[in-house]
Amino acid sequence: MSDALPIEVTSPVPLLELRGISKEFPGVKALDDVSFAVYPGEVHMLLGENGAGKSSLMKVLCGAYRADAGEFYHEGKKVAISSTADAQKLGIAVIFQEFSLVPYLDIAQNIFLGREPKGRIPGTIDRRRILADAKRVLDTIGFDVDPSTIVDKLGVAQQQMVEIAKAISQNARILVMDEPTAALSDRETELLFALIARLKADGVSIVYISHRMAEVFALGDRITVLRDGRRIDGVRPADVSPDQLVRMMVGRNVDMTYPRNFADKPGELLLEVKGLTAATGISDINIEVRRGEIVGLCGLVGSGRSEVARAIFGADPVTSGEIVFDGKTISGEPDLAARRGIALIPESRKSEGLALLRSVGDNLVVSALKKLFPSGLFDQRSAQRTSDGLIRQLRIATPSARQTVGLLSGGNQQKVVIGKWLAAGSKLFIFDEPTRGIDIGAKSEIFALIDRLVAEGAAALMISSEQVEICHVCDRAYVMREGRIAGHLTRNELTEENIVRLGMHHA
Amino acid sequence: MTDITKEVIAPPRSFLSQDAIQVFYRLLAALLICAVLAVLSDSFLSLGNILNVLRQASLTFFIASGLTLVVLTAGLDLSVGANVALSACIAGTVIHKTGSPALGILTGLACGGIVGLLNGIMVTALRIPSFIATYGMLWVLNGLTYWYMAGETLHGFPAGFRQIGSGYLFGLPIPVYLLLVFLGIGTLFAQRTIWGQEIYAIGANPVAARLSGIPVARRLLLVYAVSGTMAGLASIIFLSRLNSAEADIGESLTLPAIAAVLIGGTSLFGGVGTVFGTFIGALILTLVLNGMNLLSVSANWQPLVTGIIVILAVWLDMKTRRRAQ
Repeated sequence: MSDALPIEVTSPVPLLELRGISKEFPGVKALDDVSFAVYPGEVHMLLGENGAGKSSLMKVLCGAYRADAGEFYHEGKKVAISSTADAQKLGIAVIFQEFSLVPYLDIAQNIFLGREPKGRIPGTIDRRRILADAKRVLDTIGFDVDPSTIVDKLGVAQQQMVEIAKAISQNARILVMDEPTAALSDRETELLFALIARLKADGVSIVYISHRMAEVFALGDRITVLRDGRRIDGVRPADVSPDQLVRMMVGRNVDMTYPRNFADKPGELLLEVKGLTAATGISDINIEVRRGEIVGLCGLVGSGRSEVARAIFGADPVTSGEIVFDGKTISGEPDLAARRGIALIPESRKSEGLALLRSVGDNLVVSALKKLFPSGLFDQRSAQRTSDGLIRQLRIATPSARQTVGLLSGGNQQKVVIGKWLAAGSKLFIFDEPTRGIDIGAKSEIFALIDRLVAEGAAALMISSEQVEICHVCDRAYVMREGRIAGHLTRNELTEENIVRLGMHHA
Repeated sequence: MTDITKEVIAPPRSFLSQDAIQVFYRLLAALLICAVLAVLSDSFLSLGNILNVLRQASLTFFIASGLTLVVLTAGLDLSVGANVALSACIAGTVIHKTGSPALGILTGLACGGIVGLLNGIMVTALRIPSFIATYGMLWVLNGLTYWYMAGETLHGFPAGFRQIGSGYLFGLPIPVYLLLVFLGIGTLFAQRTIWGQEIYAIGANPVAARLSGIPVARRLLLVYAVSGTMAGLASIIFLSRLNSAEADIGESLTLPAIAAVLIGGTSLFGGVGTVFGTFIGALILTLVLNGMNLLSVSANWQPLVTGIIVILAVWLDMKTRRRAQ
């Protein structure tokens, strides 16, 4: 167990230590003899590809899963964590990616949900006290907001603050954060980082799961890398390079520059959007995409990128403007766009891209039914052949096409979403944040796939908040600001700096 | 590259799909009930009784089979019973006025189908939740039927027409043939057409279905129209078997049909279930009621027993499903 101890720390006794944790599911060893220690006031980064065991470790930590083997020590004393109540007593709180707030209650009610201060009349709640208490908690984390605001009206970043306030109000000493910046803008991320620094100073420890290398180095005091359910190494940021970390995570070298042959001579015009305006907040959008091109669509979160994608695909009604695809003006519902050859790989795989409780095979053929079975008669065996072919072609890691798609990792789920449009024979692929929540290995695979698609004559319009990806992958890019196209960047002009400059609000 | 992940993922534990397992358990349950009844009652295994069970199950099945498609899309059609009543009364009137059973049958089917289509329009174009739209439709249809019939009873139909509900062919009741035919059609439609596949996809995730290029609204219209048409078919069988029609015949039909769907393993949350399961659900329901009759248990106990079976079936489903994941 000596290798579980860090190289050098300020406090010799960890706040919480896990020794030899194992957790097995039927056929899957999710955690295999993992040791892990959190010291007071540190930010401990947890790194690993999807499926490496980060979420399982997190769930063991907060008592949602019961470890099959292993021991827990709190400030040196042996303890048991077999329920969420145990974890809560030890001061462990988790901020999940999907928040657990009640949307139609106000901030104060959410913070004190289930432990409201009692009023004088039995059965009532002391409204004045709950507001005052909430205000005090919000002040300690530096979040200036009226505690009687309904949570539903808050943005993602603010809801996250409420979650943190709730945890703090329960005297949490260890905050586990699962990709907390995934849905935040740059400015919101800064605020979150400032809050983390403040919590650290108060002696709160943070276990931080992230896929973003920059964050790991900006925030982390220590880094634990997991792979295949095993702890690979524990390092300090000063002692490693990003490349070394990536190697530890994937167990091999991964090229993060996603090399591709840029289209010197793009093909014929495939999509032409003229003056597109929709009630969803986009106006006068003009975009062209040619065959053989990967065109980026960037800008801040909320600048209208997804709305443009949805309008082109027919998912939202258009108020004015024209969409010309393959020489023909198109309008109407997504089924028409799909039949013409447009594919949308939506931002939210789970809620918009997949039928999670259906099988991998069912999901892979769903958009191609008419193409595969022109007679209208469905044949399971022929469908199976098609999905088996796609599973091989896309290297989807699944035991078979019958596997429930919800049980696959994020990267493999994304491949299924892309696969269903390959089966449909689409010509234009609109990707909305194709690499969100996907590990690095799967990311480069997905980019290689997009590259192959356009090399074969398809076209891609790619939305991404990761400017590095846009710069490395796209032939050119449009930058959006406040529902409009703020500018266009050619291959040579395509730098992170230019994207940020065009996309920034000038307020 | 994903060798790593390949090792981690479990091998397939079962070659049977979840649906097949469900149906298998249900068949087992139905056989078990048969065995128990055969021991307890001498008359259960008589040919007459078995044919009687099948004939009774067929009426529930006709209504429940169309309803199954609706429930597969995570919807509900509460208007089926009222639809049967209106369609039966209109079909009966047409036969009386024209003397043509064929015209009457067509009118009954058309009436059922149109009502279903209206349900579908409310659900798709007006975006009213199906539960509420069809609940409202239930009242509207009841109102129309009571007004139309004005307390009258239609009675006495041509002998040829009455054969549909009460006649025999090669020793089997004609409704049993119809049952087999529509069981086949329903199963083929759900499992072997792309429309059936799309219906499952819609029920599993309507948003993803739409963004996968499925014309969700058109499929929903179809599903509600089919449900209505099947109610129309049931109305014809009903009319022909009872040789009469009254305004209130539909009131005892909707809840047993929903029970058959649920006992048959179709999830109210959509995307899961089979038409064959619904057939077994209707069979189990009828077997239990038949058994209680044979054992001279008071009819007052029937609703209670039905309720317990529905809860038990759904609970067991949830348990096996959770274990499978």
